[in-house]
Amino acid sequence: MTTDTLTPAPAPEVSAPVRHLQRRKGTNLAMTIVLSLAAALTVGVLLWVLGYVAAEGLKYLGPEFLTNTPPGNPADLGGGFLNGIIGSLEVVGIATALSVPPGIAAAVFIVEYGGRIASTVSFLTDVLVGLPTIVTGAFVYAVWVIRFGFSGIAGAIALALVMLPLVIRAAAEMLRLVPHELREASLALGVTRARTIVSVVLPTARSGIITGVMLAVARAMGETAPLLLTALGNDLFIEADPTHRMSTLSLQIFGNAITGFKAAQARAWAGALTLIAIVLLFTIAARLIGRTSRVGGR
Amino acid sequence: MPTPTEPGTSRPRAMASLPAMRQPAHRPAPAATVNAGGARLDIANLSAYYGARKAVQDVNLVVEPKQVTAMIGPSGCGKSTVLRCVNGMHQTIPGARAEGAIDLDGVNVLSDQVDPVRLRRRIGMVFQRPNPFPTMSIYDNVAAGLRLGHRGRRTPDLDAIVERALRQANLWHEVRDRLKAPGAGLSGGQQQRLCIARALAVQPEVLLMDEPCSALDPISTLAIEDLIFTLREQYTIVIVTHNMQQAARVSDVTAFLTVPAVGEPGRLVEVGPTSRLFSSPTQKATEDYITGKVG
Repeated sequence: MTTDTLTPAPAPEVSAPVRHLQRRKGTNLAMTIVLSLAAALTVGVLLWVLGYVAAEGLKYLGPEFLTNTPPGNPADLGGGFLNGIIGSLEVVGIATALSVPPGIAAAVFIVEYGGRIASTVSFLTDVLVGLPTIVTGAFVYAVWVIRFGFSGIAGAIALALVMLPLVIRAAAEMLRLVPHELREASLALGVTRARTIVSVVLPTARSGIITGVMLAVARAMGETAPLLLTALGNDLFIEADPTHRMSTLSLQIFGNAITGFKAAQARAWAGALTLIAIVLLFTIAARLIGRTSRVGGR
Repeated sequence: MPTPTEPGTSRPRAMASLPAMRQPAHRPAPAATVNAGGARLDIANLSAYYGARKAVQDVNLVVEPKQVTAMIGPSGCGKSTVLRCVNGMHQTIPGARAEGAIDLDGVNVLSDQVDPVRLRRRIGMVFQRPNPFPTMSIYDNVAAGLRLGHRGRRTPDLDAIVERALRQANLWHEVRDRLKAPGAGLSGGQQQRLCIARALAVQPEVLLMDEPCSALDPISTLAIEDLIFTLREQYTIVIVTHNMQQAARVSDVTAFLTVPAVGEPGRLVEVGPTSRLFSSPTQKATEDYITGKVG
């Protein structure tokens, strides 16, 4: 096509519809304000929650709180949630150990092996994410607690069931982010598929997977409903044996908050702040561990 | 998938011929031979399918050792598909399959009897976009094929092999003092040479290059082309390229593939010495393509 066959286009009337330009500028300004307010509102609410918990929690949080069990009479001042802290770390630790290896394995199956079964697994995972956790607790109560009694183990099983779909979904998402070219590069070197997954795909997705696991851990730390039916709680003394009924931070916060005694409510606020602090510490630690990998999890 | 390895010979080179691939794991393989200048590939009646769609039909092409064979043709003509069939990479695409025969030292690599994992150690591949492993250092990238391919067994003289591969890829002088730095920190052209070094470290006989310069600037492209020129002394090289000038510059033999009509599978139209094919093509389709009338 040659240019001389084209009729020259009329010069665009740059200045004619001034109204249009002004209207567009006006819309732009209005929308910018609306979106900024929405963002500010969201962040503001979150900061309010954090600030409120911090302000209430700091009234009582201190060495005494972190080194003692609650007083026998909930109306009394003093005491702390040491047994709950120990219980939370143990129960969530066991739940993590139970849920993370199969969760990552399931994600590898879904992403790397594909096929119809894998999409079914993927779909069921999405359904399980939405399962109310009180239902999970009731299920573990029915199949485990009735036979073996209340215990930290039962609580860990319930929390593992809560965590499992979260871990699978987060890990699968991160594995999908690993460029296909890397798998091809590895296979083309004469590396087996299994070794490619272990040595190329998983390390590349590592930090994203760790972030996803930490979200699941944080979620489990705060879960209360399934623990009411499984770990039950134990406010009397420090219990480190997970085969016995155990207290956790979330259970103690719940138990103390609903008493109506000022002293117990102060302990509940301090417990809430402790819970947030523990989750935050874990998240920072996980970020430091997973810093070297390339996709996901910033 | 089990990857039997011969004791005492830690390098895939020790697998002198494909029939050896079927040998029991502990039987000593023939002594490692010095790379005698690549292997000959004989592609006969190759047809490839993606599911029900036929992508390539009846390709016949002999690839001689110590030569660079270029495959040119418009997008979708199946050049890359043919390349992938040679080292079994088509098997990584769900639904893809190949018919016909690709003979490498008397063995049809398309046969079910051939272990694609071992085949790929004899036939290396370089891809369109540089794809160094992002979690690995420069050194680890080059060593990856040997480390990951041998179930963690230590390869003696790994340092020497890495250095030699990097020297062969013309990258040694640029990275010798930062071998522990991440491979992804290199420039695009350096990354591609790193990928070539990574493929060479496994000591293949054949090197397949799938548009290795299409993501690179002209200077980096020149570096890769110079490299191809030296590598042809030792390897059988097949290069797919969109760039006809590149084919003319680097190859000894050129094969032209095209799609006769929309929706039809790609076919090989003409193959011949590069200078002859570009100066006096025998087929009208080739002439139209290389003179820029189509494509």
